[in-house]
Amino acid sequence: MKEILSGNEAIARGAYEAGIEIATGYPGTPSSEIIKTIALKYGNDIYTEWSTNEKVAMDAGAGAAYSGRRTLVTTKQVGMNVLSDSLMYAVYTGMEAGLVVVTADDPGLFSSQNEQDNRWYARLAKIPLLEPADSQEAKDYVILGIELSEKFDTPVLVRTVMRTSHSKSVVELGARPEGRSEIGPFKRDPAKYNCTASNARRMHPRVESRIREIAAFADTLAINRIEWRDRSLGFITGGVLYNYLLDVFPEASILKLGMTHPLPQKLIRQFAAEVEQLIVLEELDPVLEEQIRAMGIEVRGKDIFPPCFELLPDEIKRYTGEAGLLKQTPEPGPEQSSASTGPSDVPQLPTRSPVFCAGCPHRSTFYLLKKMKLPVAGDIGCYNLGTLPPFEAQHTMGAMGASVGVLHGMSLAGLPENRVCTIGDSTFFHSGMAPLVNMVHNGSRGVVILMDNSVTAMTGHQDHPGVDWAVIEQRKAKKVDLEAVVRAIGVEKIEVVDAFKIKEVEAGLKECLDFDGPSVLITRGQCIFVSRNPQPPYHVDLEKCIACHMCFRVGCPAIGQSAERYEKNKKFKSHIDPTLCIGCDICRQVCPTGAITPPGESASKESSSNG
Amino acid sequence: MDRNFLVVGVGGQGTILAGDILAEVGMSAGFDAKKSDILGLAIRSGSVVSHIRWGREVHSPMSMLGQVDYLLAFEPLESLRMVQYLKPDSTVIVNDYPIPPVGVTTGQMEYPGREQIDGTLKAASGRYYKINVTEKASQLGNVKVVNIMLLGVLSGLLDLAPAVWERTIEKYVPSKLLEVNRRAFRAGRELIVE
Repeated sequence: MKEILSGNEAIARGAYEAGIEIATGYPGTPSSEIIKTIALKYGNDIYTEWSTNEKVAMDAGAGAAYSGRRTLVTTKQVGMNVLSDSLMYAVYTGMEAGLVVVTADDPGLFSSQNEQDNRWYARLAKIPLLEPADSQEAKDYVILGIELSEKFDTPVLVRTVMRTSHSKSVVELGARPEGRSEIGPFKRDPAKYNCTASNARRMHPRVESRIREIAAFADTLAINRIEWRDRSLGFITGGVLYNYLLDVFPEASILKLGMTHPLPQKLIRQFAAEVEQLIVLEELDPVLEEQIRAMGIEVRGKDIFPPCFELLPDEIKRYTGEAGLLKQTPEPGPEQSSASTGPSDVPQLPTRSPVFCAGCPHRSTFYLLKKMKLPVAGDIGCYNLGTLPPFEAQHTMGAMGASVGVLHGMSLAGLPENRVCTIGDSTFFHSGMAPLVNMVHNGSRGVVILMDNSVTAMTGHQDHPGVDWAVIEQRKAKKVDLEAVVRAIGVEKIEVVDAFKIKEVEAGLKECLDFDGPSVLITRGQCIFVSRNPQPPYHVDLEKCIACHMCFRVGCPAIGQSAERYEKNKKFKSHIDPTLCIGCDICRQVCPTGAITPPGESASKESSSNG
Repeated sequence: MDRNFLVVGVGGQGTILAGDILAEVGMSAGFDAKKSDILGLAIRSGSVVSHIRWGREVHSPMSMLGQVDYLLAFEPLESLRMVQYLKPDSTVIVNDYPIPPVGVTTGQMEYPGREQIDGTLKAASGRYYKINVTEKASQLGNVKVVNIMLLGVLSGLLDLAPAVWERTIEKYVPSKLLEVNRRAFRAGRELIVE
C-alpha cells in the first residue's frame, strides 16, 4: 500500500515499522511533526512524550534502550547542542536495544538562530549518519538505523533538512514486527553502562574500532550506490541534494551516499578513478569534501558552491553554470522565459513580516517594553517577534534559556539602567530554571518576565510541564506549578498579572523593577490556539477616532487604516478588520478617545486608559 | 503528462491543505507526486508557498524558475511573487480577494495596483483567470471552503475525472464539513467556462 507522506510523517512510520516502542523529543522546527504523528497514528504501539528539553529526551531514550526497548529521539539542529552532552556517553556504552536520534537541520535558516551543520556531530561522536533524500528513504533509514544500531551496538544519527522533513512524497508502507519486546530485569552491567573513567578508558578504543568496522561495512551497504551515466562529470552527494541534482544534471554520474558517515572509501576511490571531474555537492560545510581530499583524491566542492544557505536546483544551476560545468541547453529554457518577467519587471512588493496574532497575550508586554525603553534580553519563542516593528523591544537573542543568564551578566556588568529579560513558559522549563537559580544564589538584580501562554506556541502548540496534558490534548498529565517553582528557587519578588490588562502588566513590571534583587513577572494569558475562544470583533467609532494611530502601536494585524481622513491631521482614521479581530481588548486600552469598543457597547462609554 | 503547480496564499487560508489534496490527487491518478511547503515564521498571516509536482518520475520536490504550469493563488499579491516560476504557456488562477499586509494597512507600504497585477500576470502566463472565489465561498455559507473551491476551479482545467478529486477531498476534510466542501468543489469546477 502506498501513501503520500511528509518526511516527518515517514520517520514516524519508520519508527512504527522498526518496532520502536519509545519516542521522546523537544519541539523544534522542522522536527516537530514526528512525535505528534507517532502519538496520533501509532500511539497504541509507541509511547511518546515531549520531554522538558533535548538532553532529558536523550537521557530518557538511553535509559529506555538500556532497558531493552527500541527508541527514537528527535530534535531540531540547535537542540542537538543540548542533546549532545548525553549522546556522548551513549556512544561509549551502546545499548541493549536500537537507538536512533533524528536531527532535523535548517539550511536556509527558516526558523533557527544559526545554520549549523549537524553532520559534524556524527564525526564528533563517531557514529553512523544516515541522510534520506525523500520520504521513502526517511522511513527506510529509521528502520535501517535500528538495524545498524543493534548490529554495531551504537546510537545512529539520521539527519534531515527542512526540505526532507516538510516535503511530501510517495511511500510504500510495510508492517510492524509483531508483539512487544520481552524485557527485564534491568541488566546490571556497570562495565558497559557506567562511564566512570576507568571503564571509559576501556570503552574508547572500542568506539574507535567500531567506527572502523562500520566504515568497512559502508562499502557494502546498498544505500551507498554509484549511478553511472556520462563520466565527464561525477558528483558525490547525499540527502535531498541527490534529487535536485537529477533535475539539473540528468546526464551526470552520481555516487549517492545514503550513509554519509563513516565514508565508504573503496566506493569513493572507484568512483573518483572513473570520472573525469569529481565534485562534491553538499549544503553548508565541506564535511565530505575535506574527508575525500584527505584520502588524497582531487575533488571540487566549496570552490563552486557557497557554504551558506540552501542549494536548491536553481542555485545548483547558477553556481555550476558560473563554474562552466553546465552545458547550455539549446531549446528555450527557464532563462528565456524568466527573462521576460525577470526581477527588473517586478517592482518591490510589500512583504508580510511576521506579527503577533490578533489576540496574542504577548502584545501588552512589548507595547510596554517599547514605551519604557528598557534593555531587554530576549529568548526563543513567538515573543521574539517583539524584536520587529512596531515594538523593536528585544535586544538580544541567542539560544533557548539564554535570556536569564544574559540578564544576570548585564547585572554583573553594573549597567547604569535597570534591565529585564523575556522568556516563555516552555523555554523556562527547558533551560531557564538553572540560570534563575544562579541569579538568586549570586544576588543578581533584574526582572525575568515569564510569559506564560500555556503552550509551546511557535513550534505548533505542543505541551510542556506547565500544562495538564501530554502530546495530544486528550492525554492528561500532571501540571507543574510555574509560580511554585519560581518561589521554591528562592525568588522573593513575584508578580502574577493578566497579560490582557495593560495597566496590570505595567503595575507589576514597575513593582518588579523597584525590587532590589532578582524578580519574576509572570504575564499570564492563553495563546489563541489554546483558548480557542474568540470574542465578537471590536469596531472603531469614526466619529471619535482622531487618527492618532496609537492603536497601530500594539502591532495588531487586525488594525489598519479606514478610508476616512481626520480633518485636523489629514491622516486616515483607524479600522478593525472584523474577520481577524477576536476581541482581546488590548487596542481599546490604548485608545485615548474611547473610539474602540466591543460590539453592542456604546462608544460614549469612558475609555479605561490611554496606557 | 508532467505537471508542476504552485499553490500560494496567506497563512490561515487553507493553502497547505489544498496543496496536500492536489499532491494526493496526482498520486491517485497514477503519477509520481511530490510536494514541498515554505511557511513564513508567523503562525498566521505570513506568505505560504507550496510546490506540487506530478510526473512519471519526480525528483526534486521543488520546481525551478520557468518550470511551473499552474499557479493557484489564494491572494493577488502572493501571485506576483511567483511570476519568475511561470512557463510562458502557464495557467494562472488568482482569487481576487486582496489581503493587505500590516505594512500596507498601517500606511507604510503600498499594495500593487490592479493594472500592475493584471499586466504582470498576463505577460508572464498563457492563460490568466481572476475570480473572487472568497465571495463565492461566503455565499455557500462558509468562507473557509475557499481552498476547496479554488481546487474545483483548477480541476476544471485538468483532464482528470472529478471522482478522483472528490474521493481525495473526502479523505482530507472533516466529515461534518464534507457536504459544504463537496458543494464548493463542484461550484468551483463551473466557475471557468471556456
